[in-house]
Amino acid sequence: MRPLTLRLVLLRCLTLAGVLVVVVIVALKLGAVQVSLYGLTRDLLQVFLHHASSLSSNYGMIVLDIRLPRILLAIVVGASLAVAGTSFQALLRNPLADPYVLGVSSGAALGAIVALIAEPRLALPASVAALFTPLGAFLGALATIAAVYFLGRREGQIDSGTLLLAGIITASFLSAVIMFLMTTLTGRDLRGTAFWLMGDLSSSLQPSLRWVLGVGFVIASATIYASAADLNLLLSGEKEAMHLGVDVPRVRLVVYVAASVLTGLAVSVSGAIGYVGLLVPHVMRLLFGSDHRILLPTAAFGGAIAVVIADTLARTVVAPAELPVGAMTAMAGAPLFIYLLRRRMA
Amino acid sequence: MSSTARTSMSSLPGSVDPQRDKEVRLSVEQVSYAYSASPSQAPLFTVEATSFQARPGEIVGILGPNASGKSTLLRLIAGALAPLSGRVLLNGFPTHTLTPRIRAQRIAMVQQESRLLFPARAREFVLQGRHAHSRALRFESPEDTVIAGNALAQVGAEHLSDRWMDQISGGEKQRVILARALAQQPLLLLLDEPTLHLDIAAQVDLLDTLRKLASQNRYTVVIVTHELNLAAEYADQVVLLQRGKSLRVGPPASVYQRELLEQVFQTPVTVELGSSGRPRVNVLPGS
Repeated sequence: MRPLTLRLVLLRCLTLAGVLVVVVIVALKLGAVQVSLYGLTRDLLQVFLHHASSLSSNYGMIVLDIRLPRILLAIVVGASLAVAGTSFQALLRNPLADPYVLGVSSGAALGAIVALIAEPRLALPASVAALFTPLGAFLGALATIAAVYFLGRREGQIDSGTLLLAGIITASFLSAVIMFLMTTLTGRDLRGTAFWLMGDLSSSLQPSLRWVLGVGFVIASATIYASAADLNLLLSGEKEAMHLGVDVPRVRLVVYVAASVLTGLAVSVSGAIGYVGLLVPHVMRLLFGSDHRILLPTAAFGGAIAVVIADTLARTVVAPAELPVGAMTAMAGAPLFIYLLRRRMA
Repeated sequence: MSSTARTSMSSLPGSVDPQRDKEVRLSVEQVSYAYSASPSQAPLFTVEATSFQARPGEIVGILGPNASGKSTLLRLIAGALAPLSGRVLLNGFPTHTLTPRIRAQRIAMVQQESRLLFPARAREFVLQGRHAHSRALRFESPEDTVIAGNALAQVGAEHLSDRWMDQISGGEKQRVILARALAQQPLLLLLDEPTLHLDIAAQVDLLDTLRKLASQNRYTVVIVTHELNLAAEYADQVVLLQRGKSLRVGPPASVYQRELLEQVFQTPVTVELGSSGRPRVNVLPGS
């Protein structure tokens, strides 16, 4: 047994970063328009080494302007969902918690839709209007996790079964409200929203929203990581963590808000992509152990890798048509979730 | 070796000899507490003014029937609850005003049960005790590892170091939990029914270890327990609670009176002097 050191964490992250780079290059190559892997790698290297300002060939526009932004979006969304899932699992002391299962994604989606409907009536300037949806999604996520947290308590203690049921009921209630609101939408809006609800990375983002997404992810993740050691102790219960020196109310508040920010951001740009926040932390726990100082960063990389792969499949398996990426993650994730649930009960 | 235990009288303000006060580590002064579901309602639960003092190396037992306020008193001592009146001083500082981090550097609590969500090895579990002492990013230093190793050795559990916590026996687990408390390097060691799920051999083992630790490392130890005879054997003084009220404080011999115990526990008993010179309680069934 080696003790966990910063060096070990960095080494693991570097390995996963390598895997992510390979996955990204393959994802850049695959698509409706065929690109040679060798040519692509060579061209990308030239761009990164500043020998060329853009990809030379005719596929440059497709690869850099269409596929790359989408892949970067998939990376941030995947990492956000995985970090949020890991945080919820620690705070609620429930390995089956994740933004989607707990209804937090639905809450964020509802918030985003309410913002979407309200926004044209407020006549905001375009750059502010773009931020209105993520704000709505964040508030929706925060309100939902607060509701589920209180519904899931029995006699002052978080109860695992009650909590999951509270999440599922909350999600189904929120879905009904979303359906109701969607009847007020028409035509193109309706189809776009329906697709987005399933999880969709194909829409292009306003530049201001890109910044908010990137900066928000870095700040929220760093905030959660600063509490990584506290989260380890919270796993053995709030009272016990307090006696070991954790400022429980502060850690709980900070991490809930930061995880809700991550969920809200991810949902507002990509809809409700399920199971990433649930399964990625599980796999990383099997690979690297349950210490949050290594689990949080590896889960971020794992989530990025998972969503990039899922989105690449979503846009290639029925090319030139596309599946929502949420359909891909659910098809792979739901059976795995059942498996984990059964194993836990055994 | 054995220290003189004092009664609640000596802890009243004004009656304390300043020279002797220097060595008092824990001073519980007229502490009371009330819990109610809402501020407008009558309290559901109260602890009335309780006082006692304890010095380094001393073991205090808190006794009483269920719902007599034992665990609440322990949490008041730990500083996890703020007293309604009175105060709990640890080396002169009120415990509930300390930050969680400082508090954990001085007070360690061993709870009835430590649940684990994900498997951990005993060594990692004991390292949790170093949390309050570690730096910002909180990766354990070699010093932390040494302290955790020593803590395991002190409770005779170094051989468990690499075992998984969910694969060791109840007695072994309780030792590892105690080792985690020692790794906090506290002044005050609090235990809430540590012998609850243990067989007799493991109970005696644990209490022997505690007595050895208290006298060698000069911990002040406070134990909440239902085991009257174990408390009589190991405690230097005991606090007897009934419905939130401390009926008597003092060495076991002065507290273990037949009439008093029968009234508090609502059970006929006899009290005799055991071979160790400590009182022994026998329950009389069916009478």
